[in-house]
Amino acid sequence: MTWFEKIIPSRIKTERRMRSVPEGLWMKCPACDSVLYRPEVERNLQVCSKCAHHMRIGARDRLMQFLDPESATEIGADVAPEDPLRFRDSKRYRDRLAAAQKAVGERDAFVVMAGTLEGLDIVAGAFEFSFMGGSMGSVVGERFVRGVEHAIAQRTPLVCFSASGGARMQEGLLSLLQMAKTSAALAALAAEGLPFISVQTDPTTGGVSASLAMLGDVNIAEPKALIGFAGPRVIQQTVRETLPEGFQRSEFLLDHGAIDMILDRRELRERIASLLRILLGRPAASG
Amino acid sequence: MSLQFLDFEQPIAELEAKIQELRFLAEDSELNTGEEIEKLRSKSRMLTGSIFASLTPWQITQLARHPQRPYTLDYIPLVFTEFQELHGDRMYADDQSIVGGVARLDGRPIMLIGQQKGRDTKERVRRNYGMPKPEGYRKARRLMLTAERFRLPVVTLIDTPGAYPGVGSEERNQSEAIARNLFDMAQLKVPVVSCVIGEGGSGGALAIGVCDRLLMLQYSVYSVISPEGCASILWKSADRRELAADAMGITAERLSRLDLVDQVIEEPLGGAHREPSLTAERLRETLARHLSDLTALPLDALLAERRKRLRGFGVYGGN
Repeated sequence: MTWFEKIIPSRIKTERRMRSVPEGLWMKCPACDSVLYRPEVERNLQVCSKCAHHMRIGARDRLMQFLDPESATEIGADVAPEDPLRFRDSKRYRDRLAAAQKAVGERDAFVVMAGTLEGLDIVAGAFEFSFMGGSMGSVVGERFVRGVEHAIAQRTPLVCFSASGGARMQEGLLSLLQMAKTSAALAALAAEGLPFISVQTDPTTGGVSASLAMLGDVNIAEPKALIGFAGPRVIQQTVRETLPEGFQRSEFLLDHGAIDMILDRRELRERIASLLRILLGRPAASG
Repeated sequence: MSLQFLDFEQPIAELEAKIQELRFLAEDSELNTGEEIEKLRSKSRMLTGSIFASLTPWQITQLARHPQRPYTLDYIPLVFTEFQELHGDRMYADDQSIVGGVARLDGRPIMLIGQQKGRDTKERVRRNYGMPKPEGYRKARRLMLTAERFRLPVVTLIDTPGAYPGVGSEERNQSEAIARNLFDMAQLKVPVVSCVIGEGGSGGALAIGVCDRLLMLQYSVYSVISPEGCASILWKSADRRELAADAMGITAERLSRLDLVDQVIEEPLGGAHREPSLTAERLRETLARHLSDLTALPLDALLAERRKRLRGFGVYGGN
């Protein structure tokens, strides 16, 4: 609160708040602080029109904006989390799950759909970072594998948007093993000669980075996304030196040969469709 | 080397100290202490038995990290013959936290890959405390592909706190090195048997642990994150590591109840470090049995079973 606000009587402050714009119509870019008109931001795929900052985006929104309109059907929607370890820390895992499900409106942290991209049949999946940090437990692994199996059965390519802090601690070793399960499914997809495009978005670290996300035939990243195996804080604690500028950002990964390209979210559809048509030996898009 | 005792073993340590004292006394005098020593020894064994009958997951973690616990290089001469170490990833470096090479197990040629921690300070630094960098995983992968080419079954010994988190590791793409191993091991055309001999630390362990049979020594642990790491994230304090060790279910016993481990190898009373050669003998016998089961399978069946095994990981509801 500024000194000016402090001296205004409380009654006037309340009134001022009441007269303010309807909730959520305006927002601030978290990177450049510009005030943005929310419907405009949505039209812009959650990219700041001033500084091109790529804001985080939910799994379902991501797939809806990526796939052709009205083309998508969800795979494995019924697969739901359980609590095999009856895990509890300060809260029970069951309660954390229920709270996340209520807050986010998803049953778990990964959504996968069959649909089309510029008319091309594909399977596309996306991590929901707001659901327990996009962490990978049994449900994420199972839905991912069902997506891969659908792609193999229908002979379609697979695209995955990752956004995850890594494996879900609350399912213990079962979570770790999802790394092996998803990687094995991708090996089967590769053996079928079907392409996998991995799009790493902010942030992709830990067990998700060290399994499915780094296994794309083409690895793409959104600009300035944090991508790495260990989190920067862990590395800082281990090496006790300041980390280089831009360390573990998309541009750093491109420089070090870890990814093929950095793409603006607004060109993902067109560029991935083109890549897939080339990899599948299909003719170029007409027009 | 004299035995080192952990905090929860202090009552045993005191008894053992008394036994030592009596033995020194016996050397210097005509006193007949033999009977007394034997009594104390049997008391010490009983005490060890009762303490070890109900270890907590955190105590087991401490045993898995015991400074005297046998490491890969300790087991090699006791379990295998004709070991010839093969070095380097052919690209960047020879990561000494992973040891690999050809050897024989009961005469059968195999490829051995194991993580190595190092015993004294100098050795620990050389082995990077058993924390591999990308070049370590790439060395392991190269050896697995060599094994595939010459139809050698692969044996991996897992013992790492985790993959090394450092600037260089990230620059050389630790994530890809681990992921690529998971990808290739899923379809490797030879049997793979893995045994956790100490610490199975997260992705750094799994990167040499995608297998047809998973074995664990009785007092080894295998977990998605270290108890300290889990505690500092979920309890906001690394001091709650005991609670975290308990909650995550990281012991051989708990993991075998979850059906994630094929066989737990019983350790000598007091842990593997009390009798390394007995532990090694049990390890050799168990590895040999699983390898002969697996090599009897036609390749198609071996790969189908591995696929089924990997496909089945996870506990979830719905259909």
